[in-house]
Amino acid sequence: MKVQSIKGAFIPVAVTALAAVLTGCGSQISDPAAAGQPSGGTESCVDTSGDSIKVGFLNSLSGTMAISETTVFDSLSLAAEEINADGGVLGKQLEVISEDGASEPTKFAERAGKLIQQDCTAAVFGGWTSSSRKAMLPVFESNDALLFYPVQYEGLESSENIFYTGATTNQQIIPALDYLAEQGTKTIFLVGSDYVFPRTANKIINAYAEAHGMEIVGEEYTPLGSTEFSTIVNKVRDSGADAVFNTLNGDSNVAFFRQYTSVGLTPDTMPVVSVSIAEEEVPGIGLENIEGQLTAWDYYQTLDTPANTAFVSAFKDKYGADRVTSDPMEAAYTSLYLWKEMVEKAGSFDVDKVQEAADGVSFEAPEGTVTVNGDNNHITKTPRIGKITSDGLIETVWEAPEAVEPDPYLENYDWASGLS
Amino acid sequence: MSTDTIRRTTGGFAARLTSVRQSRTGVLAGFAAAAVLLLVAAPALLPVFSLGLLGKFLCFAIVAVGIGLAWGRGGMLTLGQGVFFGLGAYIMAMHMKLADAALFGGSGVPDFMALYGTGTVPGWWEPFRSPVVTVLAVVLVPGVVALILGLAIFKRRVKGAYFAILSQALAAAFAVLLIGQQATTGGSNGLSGFRSFFGFDLADPANKRMLYLLTAVVLLAVVAAARQLMHSRFGELLVAVRDQEERVRFLGYDPATVKTVVYVLAAVMAGVAGALFVPLVGIISPADVGVTPSIAFLIGVAIGGRSTVLGPVLGALGVAIAQTSLASSFPSFWVYFQGLLFVLVIGFLPGGLASLPAVLGRLRRKRNDDGGAARASAPATSAAPVPPAVPRAHPIHAAASPLAAVPAAAKEHRP
Repeated sequence: MKVQSIKGAFIPVAVTALAAVLTGCGSQISDPAAAGQPSGGTESCVDTSGDSIKVGFLNSLSGTMAISETTVFDSLSLAAEEINADGGVLGKQLEVISEDGASEPTKFAERAGKLIQQDCTAAVFGGWTSSSRKAMLPVFESNDALLFYPVQYEGLESSENIFYTGATTNQQIIPALDYLAEQGTKTIFLVGSDYVFPRTANKIINAYAEAHGMEIVGEEYTPLGSTEFSTIVNKVRDSGADAVFNTLNGDSNVAFFRQYTSVGLTPDTMPVVSVSIAEEEVPGIGLENIEGQLTAWDYYQTLDTPANTAFVSAFKDKYGADRVTSDPMEAAYTSLYLWKEMVEKAGSFDVDKVQEAADGVSFEAPEGTVTVNGDNNHITKTPRIGKITSDGLIETVWEAPEAVEPDPYLENYDWASGLS
Repeated sequence: MSTDTIRRTTGGFAARLTSVRQSRTGVLAGFAAAAVLLLVAAPALLPVFSLGLLGKFLCFAIVAVGIGLAWGRGGMLTLGQGVFFGLGAYIMAMHMKLADAALFGGSGVPDFMALYGTGTVPGWWEPFRSPVVTVLAVVLVPGVVALILGLAIFKRRVKGAYFAILSQALAAAFAVLLIGQQATTGGSNGLSGFRSFFGFDLADPANKRMLYLLTAVVLLAVVAAARQLMHSRFGELLVAVRDQEERVRFLGYDPATVKTVVYVLAAVMAGVAGALFVPLVGIISPADVGVTPSIAFLIGVAIGGRSTVLGPVLGALGVAIAQTSLASSFPSFWVYFQGLLFVLVIGFLPGGLASLPAVLGRLRRKRNDDGGAARASAPATSAAPVPPAVPRAHPIHAAASPLAAVPAAAKEHRP
């Protein structure tokens, strides 16, 4: 009876398994050189026949990263609105399809696939964390589609299918170290969240310090989202370092700066250079805890360029006078315009033609003129060190003499040769 | 236990056999319909992208079947299935990374190790170069880990909320461990960027369909196995352990062994699901194995009906599909909706949606005849020590009162 019933249930399984096997398999990889290239099955489905063209925005609208990524979504939306009001791209209005990455790498990969294969968008804009970018990269490569990524990151990457409009390490970390060296800093304490960006940044900082006669007196990591800093802050104080290099991300900064101030450390006694704190984050940390501290970016709301004045006022008109603009928001805004310029130079929305046209495309961005480097798909940027002012904004205290060419693998720095 | 009781139980068994025989045609028909739907209709109707998505949901459904067994039938509220899902997934991902590196890289070192690590493959990765070892490990590693944990936990009679907390802590620790090892596990980035699956090109739509079919077949097999287990003597014993562990122990069984076996089965299912998830989705990261996903696995099971065969599967599929279609339009709304649904189900429908017909039927009967029938059935229900998660009105379960099975099964163990 029992045996019979088991047989009864397993016959269908066996039959279906057989059916599945008979359905047939696809290509096996016999020629590694040919595989990995976009195959014929992933033909682009972008519809260019109508008077509008679809683009995708992929940001975390929910989850822990939503607080940062919604600001990027806002500035992307502003750029799309402006471009449409100005006649669109190649005469076509942009039709934005927005997806939520939900702060999960897997979600980013899945939604990217949807935007490319199901919605047939001509290009996708978004991503913030390194893990979201790493998750999306294979999706864009295997479908031969385009992603514009607007956030400063750890470098060591360059994909034909991604345009990086945020700073790579030689446009943010290294200039910050140059600035500290110029100020006579001899000892640095490193504090970071435990993930790939801080780890890689600190590897670079260690190599820089060794080559420039500086000493790293401490290197501490905490899990993302951690808010317990009393031990670390005490270590920082006891180290007597000349400066602190802060690669903490998100909420941890709030706790870190509160405890930093509470043990009596000030920007005068021990300045902190942060690379993930922009105008948007200052109110959350509390101005009283962070006023006078340093930041390293390529854009601040206070920049005095005609493009920036227009950008800031358009943004405030659309979203309210109390809103601020930040580096990732500006890089996202710029990315949509860069894509427009590339498409118009190519005269086509076709990914191959856009990639070909990309080199040398430039745009009068709020941060200054940026130019696409076709070799690594990054853009030139002007590094700036800022100081947080009493009105919660950031003023430029040091600026590179000219825009810096992107060098994601640090190939032009002798001391960095052993890093990658 | 009087002979009278045994005779009555045996009578119940005979009646039950008839009902099983009658319903078997129905079960087979349902199973065949599901197989046709999953293996023929879906691949024919859905575009490759949606099919991949469905494949991912089927992976969650496989995990759900295991949770249904462990929680619904065994009473083990496991909040840490992410650990086993992650073990299976990372083992598969490590193999695929190594295979890709050998196929494309030349050096045989996965790309991220060259970037962030020492540029050499650590020793504990090496066994996973072999496809055979990988497939075996996908099944064995989660199984053995669950076996050790199960024996350690259940032999000490840790249960209820303590077990739930322990399992959740394990999931949290596992995610932290993965994040901390950037150079060998990919850290918070996880492992991604796979191009081949046992030599098959993952970019080829035909292979993507094949992967989906493989997942669907595994799900069907797992559901069939779960059904057989539920309707076996061991299945009865399992429910008995859930409802009256002490009494089962008194009858000469070791509840720890029973629980461990099912815990291991659930772990293996989660591990296999994880291994299928990786080639289907193309990435595995600590965000897919920690506390949040472990709880997310549970929600579908609870909503669908944790103690039934199909409840967990349909619940997991329903929640995943609803999430994907609703979350795009209302990003933050979904989380509240899911929470609300969870609270409502736990509060008012502990048996899940699968028990809805039974509950409605009971309500209707109660309203229709306030005579002897209602009064006779009422004590039977209220006599159960735990609110019955098994829908009593189901033809198969109606006669299979968990404790009634114990004496019959227990006879075999008497000297």
